[in-house]
Amino acid sequence: MKFELKIWRQDTGAADGAFERHEVDGIDPDASMLEMLDILNERIIAGGGTAIAFDSDCREGICGSCSLLIDGTPHGPRRVTSCQVFMRDFPDGAEISIEPFWATAFPVIRDLIVDRSPFDRIIQSGGYISVTSGPKPEPNSNPIHPEAQEHAMDASICIGCGACVAACPNGAAMLFTGAKAAHLNSLPQGDPERLHRVRSMVRQHDAEGFGGCTNHGECQAACPQEISIKVIGEMNAEYRHAMLEKLRARGGSIEPL
Amino acid sequence: MSLTLEAKVPEGPIDQKWRTWLDGHKLVGPRNRSDYNVIVVGTGLAGASAGATLAGMGYQVECFCYQDSARRAHSIAAQGGINATKDYANEGDSVHRLFVDTIKGGDFRARESNVWRLAELSTQIIDQAVAQGVPFNREYGGLLATRSFGGVLVERTFYCRGQTGQQLLLGAYQSLQKQVADGQAVVNSRHEMLDLVIVDGRARGIIARDLVTGELTAHAADAVVLATGGYCNVYYLSTNAIGCNVTATWRAHKRGAGFANPCYTQIHPTCIPQTGDYQSKLTLMSESLRNDGRIWVPRDPQESREPSEVPEEDRYYYLEERYPRFGNLVPRDVASRAAKIVCDDGLGIGGTGRGVYLDFRDAIRDKGESTIAGRYGNLFEMYERITGESPWRTPMKIYPAPHYSMGGLWVDYTLQTTIPGLFAIGEANFSDHGANRLGASAMMQCLADGYFILPHCVTDYLADVSESVDAGHEEFGATRERCQSRLRALLDVGGKTPATIFHRRLGAVMLDRCGITRDADGLQSAISDIREIREEYWRDLRVDGEEKDLNQSLEYAGRVADFLEFAETMCLDALEREESCGCHLRSEHQTEEGEAVRNDARYAHAQVWEYTGPDSQPELHHEELGFEVVEPSTRSYK
Repeated sequence: MKFELKIWRQDTGAADGAFERHEVDGIDPDASMLEMLDILNERIIAGGGTAIAFDSDCREGICGSCSLLIDGTPHGPRRVTSCQVFMRDFPDGAEISIEPFWATAFPVIRDLIVDRSPFDRIIQSGGYISVTSGPKPEPNSNPIHPEAQEHAMDASICIGCGACVAACPNGAAMLFTGAKAAHLNSLPQGDPERLHRVRSMVRQHDAEGFGGCTNHGECQAACPQEISIKVIGEMNAEYRHAMLEKLRARGGSIEPL
Repeated sequence: MSLTLEAKVPEGPIDQKWRTWLDGHKLVGPRNRSDYNVIVVGTGLAGASAGATLAGMGYQVECFCYQDSARRAHSIAAQGGINATKDYANEGDSVHRLFVDTIKGGDFRARESNVWRLAELSTQIIDQAVAQGVPFNREYGGLLATRSFGGVLVERTFYCRGQTGQQLLLGAYQSLQKQVADGQAVVNSRHEMLDLVIVDGRARGIIARDLVTGELTAHAADAVVLATGGYCNVYYLSTNAIGCNVTATWRAHKRGAGFANPCYTQIHPTCIPQTGDYQSKLTLMSESLRNDGRIWVPRDPQESREPSEVPEEDRYYYLEERYPRFGNLVPRDVASRAAKIVCDDGLGIGGTGRGVYLDFRDAIRDKGESTIAGRYGNLFEMYERITGESPWRTPMKIYPAPHYSMGGLWVDYTLQTTIPGLFAIGEANFSDHGANRLGASAMMQCLADGYFILPHCVTDYLADVSESVDAGHEEFGATRERCQSRLRALLDVGGKTPATIFHRRLGAVMLDRCGITRDADGLQSAISDIREIREEYWRDLRVDGEEKDLNQSLEYAGRVADFLEFAETMCLDALEREESCGCHLRSEHQTEEGEAVRNDARYAHAQVWEYTGPDSQPELHHEELGFEVVEPSTRSYK
């Protein structure tokens, strides 16, 4: 197959970027989008040019590294990760634009690579259960309702790719943050830290420069793991509860929290 | 310099050895721990669990990963599950049984004491993971669910849908992130270790490349832990992530660490077959599919009907016929070899003739769609997404692909390599799986090493380390200089061919002659071909971009250069081992029916290679393996 590609090139975060046009042909319909870029890079290098930089690792849809805005949509139109987009999904001769995941909180590092370290810092702020390693209680002494486990699992499948942020008109990371809160807060093991967790994660989310949720629902539509926007509602409810608890603990003081 | 291989296995009965060691090891007091720095390279299940645990104990931990976040290592792709001898299913499962299964599965080429310890610690891993919030599947009553996995006759495998690796890794990653928040750990993401720094015979730090700026940075520590995974990308196409590489362990080897059993590589039976040259990786379909799927090929090589139209009598269920007791659940090496044999006989299916069917028709009919959807729904979706075919309507096509490397850096009972202060854990070491790894035991080993074994071994070592060395020491400067000149050499070759082309050629040689089956002639010709490719590499390579910049071509070229050296030692190892065992099948050593023939009299040992210089053959050492608990027997799954 043959494609007209419009690919974003940018040398560093500080440099100006621009689209560069490439024509590729002889592409197998079963090649993935990333394999097509590999082939293009091989040709660019052999021709004396500089290869296009992009993130990828597992190439089976689970590590969350790949992060391409394909024809203006994070990971393309099929609600899968960029590595799971196949060229057979495009008409022969199609023009395809490929850009990085644009977001204020995700600065471009080079070409199609962005800095998603804010996600790590959101997890550091409370996306864990505080346990050290060592002997623990027998798990079957504390049965967990399978529905609670399912609910936790539906949220914990987030791969941290950042498509939700790139899709959101406000550049919010509330789906990512809400998914982690929903995962940990729906399990009994996560209960003792639940209020601190949402307060702290939301504070970090805002400090990183992510916007707020105004219910566009674009995050859910772009999520390759099909995480539901309801995790945001749950987090908001939990957050209100957490802030009220904190106010109550301070005896009604109105100092900033 | 010559290696000494002292396994340091404690005396006493096998079920007391670990306890004995724990009771006797040296301690570092809680107030002194923050005086010690430990470097952990790699943040998969082994590295993240080790980093989180060491930091939680109070050591200062510095972690490194080449990915942009510590959450992305390829442990995340493990689908099926993790073994533990909880015996919740009341089948009489025990530490002894898991031990025997693992030793036998490894075809009597693993160290008994390590395997026992692994089996013993398996239950603690589940407890630890549940406490971290890992959402294992549960039964209706809220208790943990288990299933049977990969040729095992008991239900001892715990799982989180088809994403067990992801969930276990997130548990370890989150624990590590908490340590980062507490100031106990630092994670240097987008950093690649390029060399090990040795001062006065001890591992004292590493040289890493900041993959964003291209700067080489020196990092000093009191102990260094390599948790850098396996080397199956030596085959170019494998189920590993694109970035998986042998660089850290190979560079450590070149600095004096013995490399054990490099020829033991597992070719996993259930992967989506290759369809073309453009492919950058092969995708694994979880082995759990073999619990309900039936594997077959048409009896007639000329079969032209759609698979669903082929009647029962024309289907050759070759595993069920050859191995009636285990059927489709025979261990991975046996299943892979059987698939290769039927395809070599011309019965393979698909465009390339290198494929077999994995059919769910009968399971869907007998157990109902909802049961099968509950077990494999997401795997079916994944298969359909990649191939465009639905396993609900037509059988899956599968073929073996390189998946896991049992070989790795040689370690003693305390997971220490032949370099004092350098430890290797998880897939990066050689210790627990012998010549073949059983399903659902990779994650078990990574987490047993990281949470429960390594931290004590590091403590024992650090108790004897009195003086610290800082990164200003001249060895750091010298090692950094060497790394720098190598990067420049790669950039300065000035040829025309990108590294991918060479890597693909290397992979073809390795898969053909050091893959599912090997023989002396093939291995010898492979070695000369590898040398030729390597020579051409350093003559005709083209690496674009700059050294002091984000340069993925340069990263990749360095990894391929290491694979090109490592591959030769791998073939040499396969050539030296004149027997068949586990995944290593020498065509000269098999029965008429194609079953492996082991030679315990001559080869009941680990082969450990010592690097002796760029132009000389590495020196071979042996660690004899004694079997006191299980008598080595011929594996039979008939």
